[in-house]
This record gives sequence, C-alpha cells and structure tokens, in this order.
Amino acid sequence: MSDGNAIELRDVVKQFGDVYAVDHVSLRIRDGEFFSMLGPSGCGKTTTLRMIAGFEYPTSGEISIHGREMSTTPPHQRPVNTVFQSYALFPHMTVAQNVAFGLEMKRIAKSEIGPRVQEALDQVRLTGFAERRPRQMSGGQQQRVALARALVNSPEVLLLDEPLGALDQKLRKELQLELKGLQRRVGITFIFVTHDQEEALTMSDRIAVMSQGKVLQVGSPTEIYERPTCKFVADFIGETNFIDGTVIEHGDNYATIETADGLKLRGITPRPVAIGEAATLSIRPEKVRMFAPGDAKAEHAFTLPVKVELVSYIGSDTRVTVRLNPQRTLDVWEQNTFSTLDRDAYWQPGEPAVLVCPPDNALVLTE
Amino acid sequence: MSAEATSQATVRPAKPTVERGRLSWGGFSLTTHAVVMYLFLYVPIAILVIFSFTRDEFGVRWTGFTLDWYTRLFANERLMGAAGNTLYVAFVSTVVSTILGTLVALALERYRFRGRNATDALLYLPIVIPEIVMAVALLAFSAFAFELFQRITGQTLRRNLTTVIIAHIAFSISFVVVVVRTSLKNFDLRLEEAAADLGANAWNTFWRVTFPLILPGIIGGALLAFTLSLDDFIISLFLSGPGTSLLPVEVYNKVRRAVTPEINAISTLMLLFSISLVVLSQAVQRRN
Amino acid sequence: MALNTLERERQRRERRNLTLLLSPGLLWLVLFFALPLLIILIYSFMTNGPRGNIVWQFTIEQYTTLFTRSIYVNAYLRSIWVSLLTTLACLLLGYPLALFIVRQPARWRTPLLFLILIPFWTNFLVRIYAWQIILSNNGLINSALGNLGLPQLNLLNTEGATLLGLVYGELPFMVLPLYAAIDRFDFTLLEAAADLGASRWRGFLRVMLPMTMPGIAAGSVLVFIPTLGQFVVSELLGGAKVDYLGNLIQRLFLRSNPPNWPLGSAMAMAMMLVLLVLILLYFRTTSEEDR
Repeated sequence: MSDGNAIELRDVVKQFGDVYAVDHVSLRIRDGEFFSMLGPSGCGKTTTLRMIAGFEYPTSGEISIHGREMSTTPPHQRPVNTVFQSYALFPHMTVAQNVAFGLEMKRIAKSEIGPRVQEALDQVRLTGFAERRPRQMSGGQQQRVALARALVNSPEVLLLDEPLGALDQKLRKELQLELKGLQRRVGITFIFVTHDQEEALTMSDRIAVMSQGKVLQVGSPTEIYERPTCKFVADFIGETNFIDGTVIEHGDNYATIETADGLKLRGITPRPVAIGEAATLSIRPEKVRMFAPGDAKAEHAFTLPVKVELVSYIGSDTRVTVRLNPQRTLDVWEQNTFSTLDRDAYWQPGEPAVLVCPPDNALVLTE
Repeated sequence: MSAEATSQATVRPAKPTVERGRLSWGGFSLTTHAVVMYLFLYVPIAILVIFSFTRDEFGVRWTGFTLDWYTRLFANERLMGAAGNTLYVAFVSTVVSTILGTLVALALERYRFRGRNATDALLYLPIVIPEIVMAVALLAFSAFAFELFQRITGQTLRRNLTTVIIAHIAFSISFVVVVVRTSLKNFDLRLEEAAADLGANAWNTFWRVTFPLILPGIIGGALLAFTLSLDDFIISLFLSGPGTSLLPVEVYNKVRRAVTPEINAISTLMLLFSISLVVLSQAVQRRN
Repeated sequence: MALNTLERERQRRERRNLTLLLSPGLLWLVLFFALPLLIILIYSFMTNGPRGNIVWQFTIEQYTTLFTRSIYVNAYLRSIWVSLLTTLACLLLGYPLALFIVRQPARWRTPLLFLILIPFWTNFLVRIYAWQIILSNNGLINSALGNLGLPQLNLLNTEGATLLGLVYGELPFMVLPLYAAIDRFDFTLLEAAADLGASRWRGFLRVMLPMTMPGIAAGSVLVFIPTLGQFVVSELLGGAKVDYLGNLIQRLFLRSNPPNWPLGSAMAMAMMLVLLVLILLYFRTTSEEDR
C-alpha cells in the first residue's frame, strides 16, 4: 500500500564514524513529482540519494519504495535508476550497448532490446548515435546517454545526482528545460540533487532544503522562496537582508521586533514566537521600496531611514547598498521601469533615503 | 527542525539497527586473501632470517640461539670473496648502465628521429627475453669473440669478472631507460624554457634545472640495475669460469650439495643490505 | 629552398647531440645483445663437432631433432604448460591482492606495494632454499604435522612444489601491472552497473574485467616469458625429475660431454618463437583497446 508515495524515508540516519552525514531525515516524495534536494556541499543530499539508490545502507531508519521496504536491498534489485554526476558511461561499450545494459541484466529478449534502445535514444534526441563511443561525444551528449540508459529500464523512480554540474551555463539552462519537459512526458518521479538554488527553483514541484544532514524545510518553490521557515533557508535561497532585534509583541501570524537602535519592525512569523525572544527580520532586496525622505508613504508598513552608500547599475535593475547604522548595511533592488539618461533619476551615493516595507513582505525568524 | 520533519518523525520510531555499512564488494574476503598472500610472501623470508640464528647445523629446526653462523660466514673466504666480487660487479655495471641508459632515455624523449621504433624494440627486448636465452647467447658470443681474438692477436682471453660486468650492463641499460623515461615524461618542459628565458645556456639548464628534477628517476633506475645485477644468477652461471666466483652461483652450489645455515646468514645480510639501500635512496630523494 | 646557415648549423648540432646521446648505449646493446642473439641464431643451423666445437656446415637437423625426438618435444610442451599454469595461478592470486591494495587509503598503498617487492630483494636462490626448508620431509610443515599426530606429506620434489616456487617468484610481476590497471579503473562504473541491475559478480565480469584487461595482458606476458626459460626451480624444488626447456639448454651448453651448442641454440630459438607469438598477441589485444 503505497498511498501515492513513490519514496518514503522514515527517520533515516547515516553515520560515518562520529559524523552524522544524514541526521534523522524523514521525507515523503509523491508519485510523478519532480522533487529536488537542495543544499550546500556536505549537507547530506547526495548521501540521502545514494541510500535511496542502495549504494549506502542507512545506519538506522527505513526507506520504502512504493510501499515496499527496501532499506537493505542491494542496488541491483531496486526498481530505481540513477544518472550519475560523472555520467559513468562504460567506455568499452558503444552508446547502444550502454543503453541496452540494464535490459540485458533483466534478461529481456534480444529482439526486444533493439527497438527499446532506439526509442530511448529518440526520447533524448540522440537518434543516430547508437554506434558511437562515449569518448567521442560532448558532455551534454554523454549526459543524455546516461539519461537514456536509466530511463530505458522504466524505473519507478529516477535519481539524478547533480547531472548538470559539469556543463557550461548555456547548456545547463537548455538541459534544465529539457529535463523538466521529459519528466512531464514520461511521468516518472524524478529526485534531483543540486546545490544550485536557481536550478531547483526552475525545475521542481517541491524542494527539500538540507543543511548538515537535516531537512530544514520542504515545500514548493514559491513556499520556499516567499515563506522560508528559518534563517538558513531564507539566506540560502535568493538574497535577503537580516536585521536583528527582540520580540516585543506578537499576534496570529505577525510579530514586531525592536532593534538595538529602537526601530520597530513588523513581519510574518512562520513559527510561534515569545516576547523577549531574540529574532531576526528577513526582507528580500526586491521586496522593499525606496523613496527620498518626504516622498515615502508608509501605510501599514514600517520605515527605515538610511543613507545610500553604493549604487550598481546592472541595466535591467539598479542594486543599491544603503547603510542603516554603523554595523549594518542593507541591499535594495529596483527594476529600472523608466528609461532615462537623466542622472538625477538614479540614486547617488551619499543621498539620504527611506525604506518602506509592508509587513507581508518581511518575515520574523527565530533560527 | 522544520515543522514537516518533526511531524513525520513521530510516524514510527526507528528500530535501532546494527551499523549497516556501505555496499560491500567482498571487503572481508579480500582482506583475508590479502593477509594470506602477505604471509605466503614473508613466511619463507622470516624462516630464513630466524634460522640463521639456530644451533641446528641443518638449519631446519630451532635448537637454540647462536651467532656462530655469522662468524663462520665472515671467516669463509670463498663466500666472502664471492660476495665482494658480486658487489664489485654490481657497482661497476650499475654506474655504466645508468649513464648509458640515461643518455639513451634523454635521446628518446627529446628528439625525433627515424628508426625510433626500431630502437624502442631493441630496448624492450632484454626486458622480455627469457634470461637463459640471453645467457647462452652471451656465452656463445664470448667464445666466438675470444676465438676471433686469439686468431688475430694470438693471445688467449678467458671469461672473467669483466665478461660478467659487460653482460650485466647489456641487460640493465633497458631497465634504466624505462625508469628514466617515465621520469622524463613527467618533466615539465616549461621549466627549461623558464631557465632559458632567465639566461641559462643548454649546459647550465641541464645541470641546474633538468638533472636535479630527474634525479629521482635516475636513482630509481640505478637502484633497479643494482638489484638486478646483485641477484643475477642465470647469466652469472653461464658466464662464470674458474676465475670468477660470484655469490648467487656459490649459493646455488651450496644449496645443491651441503647446506648450512651460513646460507641463511648471508641471505639475511643481503636482505638487510638491499633494504637499507632502498631506504637510503628514498631518504636522498626526499631531501632533494 | 635553401635554409639559411644558422638553421643548418643548428640542425647539425642537434644531430651531433643526438648521436652522442644515443650511440654509446645503442652500440653496447647492438654489440653485446643483438649480435650474440644473431650468433646463436646462426649456430642453430650449424652442425655440432665431435669435441663440441662448431662445424660451419649448414643443416636443419637441430630443428628436426627438436620437433621429432620426444625428449625435446615433451620438454617444450611441459614448459609451456607450467608457464601457463604459473601465469593463471599468479593471475588468480594476484588480482584480488591488487584490488585489495587499490581499495586502501592512499597513504597505505605505497608501503603495501613495497612489501610485495621486498622479497624480490632477497637472493632468488635463497628464497627457493627457504621453501626447501618448509616443504622437505623433515621440514617445517611435516614437523608440525608430526607434532599434531597427522600423517606426513610428500611435498618436496613434486611438480606442485615447482609450481609453488615459480608462483612465489613471479607474483610481484603480475601484481604491479594489475595494480596500475585497477588503480586507473573508475569504480563509479561498478555502481552504475549495479544500478542497472547487475549483481556484483556480473558487474565485475562485464565492466571491471574488460577494462582492466591491459593490466592482465601485461602481467601475463611478464610472468609467462621468464617462466618459460626457468630451470633452477624445477631442479631444486621439483627434484629434477622431469626436464624443462631450461634444464635441457643448460645441459647441452654446460653439462653435456661433449656440449652441443647448435642444438642448445636451436632450443633457445624455439623459445624465442613462443615469445614472439606472445608479444604479437599482446600488441593485438592492447591496440584493439585504442581503436
């Protein structure tokens, strides 16, 4: 009984000596979804993936695939396939032989293997490459062979371990879209490991953000970006500004903190807070508005008096660093919606300004 | 911990399990096999060394500790003479073959010329040829050469230590070339360009830049040549005559007839000698 | 087009340097290696004189003797057989050993390889002698068996003892090339094979074995060839009961009265023939990899 969960991890721990590579992780990955595990190097995402694939066994905890417990089943008996970071194509075999390998292991009739290999190659747009050898192909092509080799076996889940890491920017973006489209067409659950948050946001249905062996938050890209539940997630995904303070009041979903300078800032609380607790306001650079003093309209919002320190003109937007106090600067991003060459229209260093922030645009986080 | 994670952690408490390792590729049996193999390699050596100290004159049982065999060894003029000859032969052949081999290696790695493949083939032949073929070839050649010499000059030559030295050089050159070439292949030519850029001519560049950096390779080649010469039996057997007494041949004769633990003693000493030679060369290389 | 004089001067200097570097070593090899081989090639077609001297009369009777008289044919076949067995044994024993070393942490690998080489630095004959001590009828194994009340085994002076001695001496030559090949092997490929449904054994056969084949080929050549010409091990451990190519050659050159150098040379040439076939096979297997 799998109740729509392709993969379920229950309190999985992986220890290497004294180190907890994976620290009590529980996840439910649904059938047909594109699920990403995102985090910095060493956060445990690859180890978790390897345990799903079967290359490592959990120190404790259980792993189920479509309801069947498989924590200690060897990898060659699991109904999952992996696309490796280094592709791991067999150099002594042709592309066709590589792709056919899994089918041969299952002892599928030779007559059936040929057409299925061809179909898989067509699916990844490598028709005609059957007789080539891996070393004669580019990185992007090799990656597609690895994909075909995995998909041809109709696995219940496809595991991808940073498959786009070795490719240049342009190719990466192309392949991101291709992979997303492929997953939609094929309908198989994809579990995708990456350290590139933009990649995860672009491609995933849901993301699990991990750090130091723990899962910090699981949610859709929007949930992760707009409503991070802790400082690490807020900081790791996109950019944000942090201002520290102490909670002085809180309500249903909101809280107000007071900074050392006496500023009172209000924001959404993803978790309950207590008065007197140390907390941090998180506000993303694109979500704050900047006005000249006197121009600011601050209905239902809090304001911050600042001074412009650094201005970077990126073309499509202007990125301004402003100083709040001797210890803290903030970043503000404004889209250049007007086209003008008039210097006065752009912020200059040294100018005073006021930041206006609606409470819905900020979060109060306690960890 | 995130809200979702905590709520799911209460689904079912995990059973504590024994540490389940990574996917194993037969680690335990591999280790056992390796241990057995190392024992296999070293038990005879250990026996050799241990039984050099036994009182038993057949050297097969332990009947008490003694250093007699060592003292008898040093008094055994024949064996000592043979050991001295062997060292002399090894030393000379090593020096000559290392020089010749290094020059050839430099030529092969730095220059292009016709007949390069043929030279390569000629160089690899001594490495792959069975020693006995080379031994009889050299025996025949020496007999032929001596006869020719006698016809021309009327003087009779006999096979002696020099004959053996010549033979050892002949097969050592190839080994030196192989080792030095590897060292040269890893040498970054840009260092020589840098030296030239800084004003060094070819001679200076070679001695102050190239040579020190390929020295480990040269030492390695020399060490190999020395070991091969020291241990050579077949060629020494075929080329030795009444005047040449070489250690491996003496040992062979003793082993075939009357064995005493003096053999153990000398082999223990030879082992110590070889090991210290290698350790010394490693130390020298490390200082460079 | 005429090169300018500076360029020609430079080329001349290069030529001179090259000659200086190359000629001493090459000359030595030609004179003291190639020429001797040529001489025994010639001798193999000569007749043997009554006093063991060479009679300069062309004949192929040496070769016909080799291929017709059973003593020689048997020795030839026996030598090839024992060399094959030794190579196979070294392969079966050496491959897991090399694999073990590769899997150790980097700082242990060089010492472990070193340890395999150290026995190589003891005198070869003395190591054989050590095996005599272990295997002989009042040697170590039989003494231990006797103390335990078990029956004695006749271990020395058997063909098994010869094989043991040969494997003992040649093992490092198999382990080192195998180690180099396995070290280059990407173990992620085995994970990929397992991921695609191959059991550990099938993964080894279909992926690891083909990819380490160059090492296997190199090691096999390095073991087979010297073993072909051996004669001491069979004499000291095998009891000299049967003749191998090496024994016969030694006898014909050194121990016969009169010696028969032409026949001995023919035997050496026959050995070279096997060698050439092997080397050709080796180059064919390794060049196929590059294609």
